[in-house]
Amino acid sequence: MSRPIIEVESVSKRYKLGQFNAQTMREEVEQFFQRFRKKGEAAGIPHAPTNSSEFWALKDISFSVEPGEVVGIIGRNAAGKSTLLKILSRITEPTSGEIRIRGRVASLLEVGTGFHPELTGRENIYLNGTILGMTKAEVKAKFDEIVAFAEIDKFLDTPVKRYSSGMYVRLAFAVAAHLEPEILIVDEVLAVGDLNFQKKCLGKMQDISANNGRTVLFVSHNLTAINAFCHRGVFLDHGRLTEHGAISDVINAYVSSNLHNKDQTLSVFDAPRSGGDQKAITEAWVENKSGQVVNEALIDEPIFICYRFNADRILKNPGYGFGVNDMLGQRIFSFANYVTRGEPFADAKEGVVVCCIPKTRLLPGQYIISLGLGERGGVSVDYIEQALKLQIISRDIFGTGKMFEAAHGYVCVDGEISLRDA
Amino acid sequence: MTHVPPDYEFVIRPTRGWFHLDLADVWRYRDLLFLLVQRDFVAKYKQTILGPLWFIIQPLLMSVVFTVIFGKVAKIPTDGLPPMLFYLAGLLGWTYFAQTFQSTSATLVANAGMFGKVYFPRLVVPLSSVISNLIALAIQLGTFLCFWMWFKFFTTAGSTFGFTSDIVWIPLLIVQISALSLGVGLWLSALTAKYRDFTFLSGFIIQIWMYMTPVIYPLSQIPQEWQWVAVLNPMSMPVEAMKYMFLGQGVVIPAYFAVSVGMTAFLLVTGVLLFNKVERTFVDTV
Repeated sequence: MSRPIIEVESVSKRYKLGQFNAQTMREEVEQFFQRFRKKGEAAGIPHAPTNSSEFWALKDISFSVEPGEVVGIIGRNAAGKSTLLKILSRITEPTSGEIRIRGRVASLLEVGTGFHPELTGRENIYLNGTILGMTKAEVKAKFDEIVAFAEIDKFLDTPVKRYSSGMYVRLAFAVAAHLEPEILIVDEVLAVGDLNFQKKCLGKMQDISANNGRTVLFVSHNLTAINAFCHRGVFLDHGRLTEHGAISDVINAYVSSNLHNKDQTLSVFDAPRSGGDQKAITEAWVENKSGQVVNEALIDEPIFICYRFNADRILKNPGYGFGVNDMLGQRIFSFANYVTRGEPFADAKEGVVVCCIPKTRLLPGQYIISLGLGERGGVSVDYIEQALKLQIISRDIFGTGKMFEAAHGYVCVDGEISLRDA
Repeated sequence: MTHVPPDYEFVIRPTRGWFHLDLADVWRYRDLLFLLVQRDFVAKYKQTILGPLWFIIQPLLMSVVFTVIFGKVAKIPTDGLPPMLFYLAGLLGWTYFAQTFQSTSATLVANAGMFGKVYFPRLVVPLSSVISNLIALAIQLGTFLCFWMWFKFFTTAGSTFGFTSDIVWIPLLIVQISALSLGVGLWLSALTAKYRDFTFLSGFIIQIWMYMTPVIYPLSQIPQEWQWVAVLNPMSMPVEAMKYMFLGQGVVIPAYFAVSVGMTAFLLVTGVLLFNKVERTFVDTV
């Protein structure tokens, strides 16, 4: 077994908060002279900050990566993902700890770093390539491939300031994708560009790892992409490493960590109404099978959509309705007890309604849940068109290593393909 | 990319102390250095009609202004040399110094966006400023020589000046000016990274510094017993030497020159070390 290509050992990173002003400058000058006075005893030990407050962006992070692995780094905003990538890319240094890297690193933390608007596409390919660590000869050898990948051959001698943003991104990614380091570090750069191009980029990255055996570290909020693309994962939460291992475990840990997040229960009392005569629905949330409140669910995981209502009168033969729309506002499916349940519910003034969906069968993506409350005879009491958001995450449900993506349609139904004797 | 030996290992850890300068790394990025020079040069005059002619026009206009204001109005003597030629010679070294100083001192702040997103040896950027300003200097030198010849062969003042044999030292002199501007520029760049006050300061410094340097007046105008004060300014001797080499007039004293070279070496070494120290974590504070 070969040695890990990246070994991260108890890395921490501290940032100072607040502004730099005359006081911080005085402190620094004092510290500088103090170090000369105390030379010998305390030399080399970083001085404790006196007045300015501090913030640990990373705290005691350790993990290792084997050659050829594709590692997804996930976490909410301000979890320390970008800081970790910056340290791995040598853009800044850790406050303590150590990282051993056994290969050259190319990092793509932003597309088009160092592009100069006045220079032509051709000139920028060379400039950007060398900024990313290639030599001029290496760029030259890859030049035609880069141009072909970016699909900009007609505009090669036009200054990039006249490029459309799509062309700009394509060119920038094309240069970076043709680097040949042992380790490629990619931050959330795929969020830019159109869907087709995003796919092309992901494909290229897959190619880099699968065919060339390179190691890739990949940060994204797109769990579907992470799930599809990575073997292993690192889950950072508030600067600490919460989970590290096989990607499915890490994603599960990430998704279920939402239960600490009370924000997932929405007080929908003030939400805009699209029908009804009162604000009877007061609270709404989605639970998983353990009763934890979530806003993300795996494609084949049971979910429970719940709401609490409190009407100003007793509702006779009440009607409870749930709808799920895609982000474009298209209704995918709905539930209503008038349709799905033979017996009427008892009259009620208040209560908690639960809609259980054993498998959503929705393809990965964002969905909007609408809630309705009604009375006998189709009277609408309260209706909220956009009450909750739900993120569906794809998973390898067929055990084939492949999975459905948003582009495959809207839903994933049961079924299989076979051949019949002719 | 070239093959990496199997035992290749790079360690990232917090660095302490001052002496972690990796010049081999700068050398590995030499292609970037030259592309940055090209970028500076090409981008500066894109969408201009006169293009690189501006390299010639700028110092010419300066010299004309100086001739009128300092020569005709203030009547500051020029060691008996044609004023236009005197100012052009003085500006030759000074403009190069000032331009390089101003671009290197802006290195960290002006490139913060790029430095925050990708690693390469940061020293490459100020070095590229030095080189692209060298090209500008070469163009100005050409202009100056044209004027020199015109004054020499077509005017009556032709007999008052001429090259001195010390002109063979001109490459070394330019190296010294480069080193000095880089050293001072790196100092300011490192200081500016955290406290922007120094941005304002650098504009002042360069203006005041010019008047403290014998650009618009000859050093011989300063009384002998006070000349040592002028020599505390490390730019005095190089500018005066430039005039002496091309025009045969100027006060160049070896002992003073040694002081200037010593100060240059000190500023360059400390500037590089300080820049190198600040550069490592500067994206956190910028």
